[in-house]
Amino acid sequence: MKILVNGAWRETASRELPQALEELGYGGAVVSTALNGEFIAAAQRADTVLADGDRLEVLAPMQGG
Amino acid sequence: MLRLYQTTVHSRLMLGSARYPSPQVLADAVKAARAEIVTVSLRRESAGERAGQAFWSLIRELGVRVLPNTAGCHSVKEAVTTAHMAREVFGTTWIKLEVIGEDDTLQPDVFGLVDAARTLCAEGFEVFPYTTEDLVVAERLLAAGCGLLMPWGAPIGSGRGLNNLFGLKALRAHFPEVPLIIDAGLGVPSHAAQALELGFDAVLLNTAIAQAGDPVRMAAAFAQAIEAGLAARQAGPIEPRDLAVPSTPVIGTAFRG
Repeated sequence: MKILVNGAWRETASRELPQALEELGYGGAVVSTALNGEFIAAAQRADTVLADGDRLEVLAPMQGG
Repeated sequence: MLRLYQTTVHSRLMLGSARYPSPQVLADAVKAARAEIVTVSLRRESAGERAGQAFWSLIRELGVRVLPNTAGCHSVKEAVTTAHMAREVFGTTWIKLEVIGEDDTLQPDVFGLVDAARTLCAEGFEVFPYTTEDLVVAERLLAAGCGLLMPWGAPIGSGRGLNNLFGLKALRAHFPEVPLIIDAGLGVPSHAAQALELGFDAVLLNTAIAQAGDPVRMAAAFAQAIEAGLAARQAGPIEPRDLAVPSTPVIGTAFRG
């Protein structure tokens, strides 16, 4: 399955969001997620199933003014 | 002491965390500024670099209160979604709400700002709206549930100081009880002193310190200026006049009459 992760196409075997995050290398990281522009809280990730062509945003703390 | 929603802080200087030469300089500047509040952001995380994880560790070690922003958002939807994501990651209901309307000046889209503020305040966020000095927009933001306002001094990163003194003074006079924080556009410590002298409650700075030749020294200089500006405000400045008034008593002046 191909999904757009932070603007780049990535291949994932997992359809469940928590497993996909692990597979993409975000295991254990402090991140927040949005799927197709909608915020997905950490508690909702287990109930979130990915589909081909989905747009996933994975954001983390960063410097800001 | 300054009350921001349910929180009381001592420092009138809030710092942005971007554009410093190194994480260590940022940490030293925060300490030199005696800042209690530091703004942070959210960006796409690279699974390989995990830069965000290292940054978050640094900020937590500083022991400051974080104010997440929605910088870079150009629509209400983006800003509201970013606020939700920030609340989860940073564990705070504070949000510095930015909805940018124009790229050359980074001027806020005040219409989108009011809409987003209404939504977020209703959801329990404590919104710090980055706005202009416009009185009507200020009224709308307060009606939307904002408990403070963050008017710009000048466009972000421009270092121009307080661009519209008349408008800023009018804003201060119009809302004497509302915490007002000058956010953006200051360049040198005298700009910050002036903001406090005019009765603004605090300033939020980033570029003026981060891009200074010696950011840590500049942070200390801003802290001194803000202390001076606050003391001057509390001491009651004189009103400017158009004509001279002799400061030396004229009674008993020699060679007269």
